[in-house]
Amino acid sequence: MRKIVLAGLMMLLVLPAYAGIEVHTFSSPEKEERYKDLINELRCLVCQNQNLSASDAPLAKQLREQAFTMVEKDASDDEIIDFMVTRYGDFVLYKPPLKPSTYALWIGPFILLFGGMIVLHRIIRRNRAVKATINEADYAKARKLLENEDNKA
Amino acid sequence: MSSYKLPIIIFAVLVLLLGIGLNIDPRKVPSPFIDKPAPAFSLPKFEQPDQMISNADFKGKPWMLNVFASWCVTCLQEHPQITQLAQHITLVGLNKEDKTHEARRWLYQHGNPYHTIVVDADGKASIDWGVYAVPETFIIDKKGVVRYKRIGAVTPEDMADTILPLIEKLKAEQG
Repeated sequence: MRKIVLAGLMMLLVLPAYAGIEVHTFSSPEKEERYKDLINELRCLVCQNQNLSASDAPLAKQLREQAFTMVEKDASDDEIIDFMVTRYGDFVLYKPPLKPSTYALWIGPFILLFGGMIVLHRIIRRNRAVKATINEADYAKARKLLENEDNKA
Repeated sequence: MSSYKLPIIIFAVLVLLLGIGLNIDPRKVPSPFIDKPAPAFSLPKFEQPDQMISNADFKGKPWMLNVFASWCVTCLQEHPQITQLAQHITLVGLNKEDKTHEARRWLYQHGNPYHTIVVDADGKASIDWGVYAVPETFIIDKKGVVRYKRIGAVTPEDMADTILPLIEKLKAEQG
């Protein structure tokens, strides 16, 4: 049993091994690092739940190629992201920028969290109020009833 | 009674949000090109590959760019509409990543609606135009600004409701 649990836990540790399929030769390790970060951050337009690095779609391949060429030409990350955004829109970004059309996306979760906390708070308060309404007279009555039960037994 | 109200309200809101979510088409990638100058291209002409065609060749009149390929199944769906549109506007076909002989056969088999065809053999120009699916259709006005984009097949409804009125409007505009 223990072994099974251990094996299961170890499986959780395995990170999805994403890697572009092509082999690129980079002129420096820093460039390779930047390239990898970029293609992990950019989204594939064709298969929308994958990033560029994980997708096998021809378009993703072309865009990886584009990213590679630009990295090798010393384009900055912003320049490369700009290139993609001017062509495909914010859609290519897994991290959407903060602007009016994405406010709901960024702030929504916090509003939900806050709303949940208010509801929780009200429920707790209500339960407390219920407890407090049992007055001494009721207690006495209950005690009396219980004593009667004991006497019968 | 009031204890039922809150869950019902929450339920109603969730249903509403789900309904909105289901009606949003996730494949609809809004084009960042609308109302922006069309990306420049310079591509060889299909029938005369030594001749280059660029945006400048169409300046002064509205024109339509239709991305197509012989390997594209959906392109056949919109073929009748595209053929009809060619009577209303200068129609430029962009043959995306195709083999010349296959493209030629396709055009022969189904008919060539295009006034001009340019060849994007490596798909680079398509990337500049933000094309991510074939077919895609753009309408560019007299000043060279993109005014309309359709991803996927142009339906008869699109044509009647949006495209033809837009073409008339663009023709009337000052160049």
